[in-house]
Amino acid sequence: MDNSVLNETKQYLTFKLTDEVFGVDVAQVREILDYVKITKVPQTPEFMKGVINLRGSVVPVVDMNLKFGMSSTEKTVNTCIVVVEVKIGDETTVIGALVDSVQEVFEIESKNIEPAPKIGTRLKTEFIKGMGKHNETFIIILDIDKVFSSEELNLVQNTVNAKTNEETLIS
Amino acid sequence: MIDAHRKAFIEEATELLAQLEVSLLELENNPKDSEVIAKVFRSLHTIKGSSGMFGYDDIAMFTHDIENVYDHVRNGEINITKELIDLTLAAGDQISFMLVKSEDASQLDDNLTKEILTSFRNIIADYNSRNNKTNEIKTAKPAGHSFAASKPVKTFLIYFQPFQDIFLSGTNPVNLIKELKDLGDSIILADFNSIESLDIINPEDCGVSWEIILKTNKGIDAIKDVFIFIEDQCVLKIAETDELKKLKDEKSFTDFKNLLFETSKIQKTSITELLEKYQHNETPAEIKINKKENPISKESPESNRESETASSIRVSSDKLDELVNLVGELVTVQARLSQIAAKTNDPTINLVSEEVERLTWSLRESALNTRMLPIGTTFSKFKRLVRDLSKELGKEVQIITEGAETELDKTIIEKLNDPLVHIIRNCVDHGIESPQIREKAGKSKTGTVKLSASQSGGNVLVEISDDGAGMNKDVIKAKAVKMGLINEKDELSDSQIYALVFSSGFSTAAQVTNVSGRGVGMDVVKRAIESLRGVIEVKSSQTTGTTITLKLPLTLAIIDGLLVRIDDDNFVLPLSTIEECIELNKKEITNSHEMNVINVRGKIIPYINLRERFGITAKRPDIQQIVVADIKGNKTGFVVDQVLGQHQTVLKSLGHFYKDVKGISGATIMGDGTIALILDINDITSNEEIHERNMLEQLSIK
Repeated sequence: MDNSVLNETKQYLTFKLTDEVFGVDVAQVREILDYVKITKVPQTPEFMKGVINLRGSVVPVVDMNLKFGMSSTEKTVNTCIVVVEVKIGDETTVIGALVDSVQEVFEIESKNIEPAPKIGTRLKTEFIKGMGKHNETFIIILDIDKVFSSEELNLVQNTVNAKTNEETLIS
Repeated sequence: MIDAHRKAFIEEATELLAQLEVSLLELENNPKDSEVIAKVFRSLHTIKGSSGMFGYDDIAMFTHDIENVYDHVRNGEINITKELIDLTLAAGDQISFMLVKSEDASQLDDNLTKEILTSFRNIIADYNSRNNKTNEIKTAKPAGHSFAASKPVKTFLIYFQPFQDIFLSGTNPVNLIKELKDLGDSIILADFNSIESLDIINPEDCGVSWEIILKTNKGIDAIKDVFIFIEDQCVLKIAETDELKKLKDEKSFTDFKNLLFETSKIQKTSITELLEKYQHNETPAEIKINKKENPISKESPESNRESETASSIRVSSDKLDELVNLVGELVTVQARLSQIAAKTNDPTINLVSEEVERLTWSLRESALNTRMLPIGTTFSKFKRLVRDLSKELGKEVQIITEGAETELDKTIIEKLNDPLVHIIRNCVDHGIESPQIREKAGKSKTGTVKLSASQSGGNVLVEISDDGAGMNKDVIKAKAVKMGLINEKDELSDSQIYALVFSSGFSTAAQVTNVSGRGVGMDVVKRAIESLRGVIEVKSSQTTGTTITLKLPLTLAIIDGLLVRIDDDNFVLPLSTIEECIELNKKEITNSHEMNVINVRGKIIPYINLRERFGITAKRPDIQQIVVADIKGNKTGFVVDQVLGQHQTVLKSLGHFYKDVKGISGATIMGDGTIALILDINDITSNEEIHERNMLEQLSIK
């Protein structure tokens, strides 16, 4: 990251997963939806909740709680789907992130974002862009591209294929 | 870097070459068809002209010599021979090669180019030497004909008025006039009357028109060719006249010429009037460039074809895809609107909603139609393929095509090319016997490969049949047993046996030729057709030959599906393979000892419980439904909770995230906005087979 980026003021959308507050760059957020019925795709890992209809497009939804190793998201009035644009390889893909609740949009100068601590967050450090402080709470700013990166997707596919793994060996 | 113009040129030239090829093959069948000869010439001429314009001088030069030969052919001076066609086909290939390689000229096989050129020049030289002889004979005659040639000398009146903006296209009319002058003896009069006076003249406008009296033996085509590139940028009238017969006498022609110049002041009307007078028996004033007809023009109504080419525009397929996507969205939104309207019971809203529904459907139809192309575009390629193959293999094979006007989605047509190549190769290589064997068997020496397409409901049937040796069931079976695909004792139906040839690595050809026999091919064909959601069927008899039928969906964007429900979720099964729906009650499950099989009219049909397969844990209803589908010749049932009915679905991909999910080929959005998943029943079945085999293996280990 070069300096000009560091000193920029950026807006982040914050949302809650269980008790922790996370932030994502608003530039990557396309919209926020109320909870709608999610169609589960069979034989996929649990954190991949399924697909929704977003004005005629089929958009996959990921349960962020499960993705980050917490217990599955309970449906409440506050449950939201944050639709984000993610760069996977050269392609931009739209993915819905199921979160417990959406908080607010806040501004923070890049220099006030501290690098992620190596331990203590229970998250893979490459998922975290940094830690920001806002209203006396720590906000974990996510690198959403990395969260849904192709390696992560490969992991997904591996679990998908887990059941059929033997078959590939045999055939 | 290739700029946009060059790209367009390459695209155009490729099309022209394809046309050239088609015309040449047609010409081979009717060597005397002057229409076709003209087509060949026109293709060559346009290739020459535009390649010169875009700096592909090598192509222009190369084509020039070929064009010369065909000029003579057109004039009936050289006859079409098989060799000439072969040579021209090779030249066509060379041009397309030059097109690609012109970026990297060093790789071009110059020797071949030279070889072809020399052959063409030889033809010309050969002709000239012959012609000289005839000339000598002619000139030996006392009459002092200066225009000694095979064609009679005719006089033409030409009126040529370029549009004002002609200079913008970089054309210099004077060059055209000069070219015209080379055709024969001429009187050229320029009319400057429409040039504006100096104070208001726009120097970039052309205000001159020409009136020309031309005496030539070249025929009207040669005159038209001069103007070929600016046909749509000028007013061109050509009339042939014999009223001025006396001008044929050279002296009087010169006299007339002098007279004209002496009187100097010629009324503009004079020649124009003459022109109009002789126009009545003359060809159309405007010659359409779109004479470059498609290969299928023979089969489809000619007029239809022409109007199509005349009014077509080039649109990138991405744009069309987007349009189809948008329409797909509109369809789902409209379905919601109808639902809401039905609830409100408000007649005004109902009316509007119905209107919208009607509009949406017609919009959808036409949007999908824009992607439809006649399948004939691919068919024409195969004529060449069969021709080359039969030559290579020393067989006599003719190809017949039928139903070339049948329309299919562009993507399907593109993806159909490779499988068809494989199948046709197989037909020619394995199917059709050599002429000697055919004669012994009492068949005509020439084998026939028939390629036909027809529409049946929501599907298109492409049929490839040959009248060759057919497939030997015993040989296939023996080979399959040897490869371990089946057991010797297995009882197989005919269609199951023929289905074996689509297994990977399968070939019964005793010999590996460079055409086929390596065992790759048919399995590729099968996979390609399946990816298009198509079905392959093989029928064969050792006396009448083999028929391979491909059943393809009309379009990939929309599929006919059977909507079913399991628990709360909707699923869509592709309707094309479904045969029937039957009930499954608890009694039947107990009857079959908890095995997943059911007795349908005396036949045992295995079934897959989708509920178990998909890990849906909710309580199953007492009565379930089994959807029976035909999968690779085997009937297989799929257990669902409820069959909801037929449903036309707009196919959506599940995207990157779910790309490797097995058994699901996509999703579709229902009228109420929910999503139904589209099942890939082939995939589910093969997974189930593997799954069960694994289970058994694990059991036996224990």
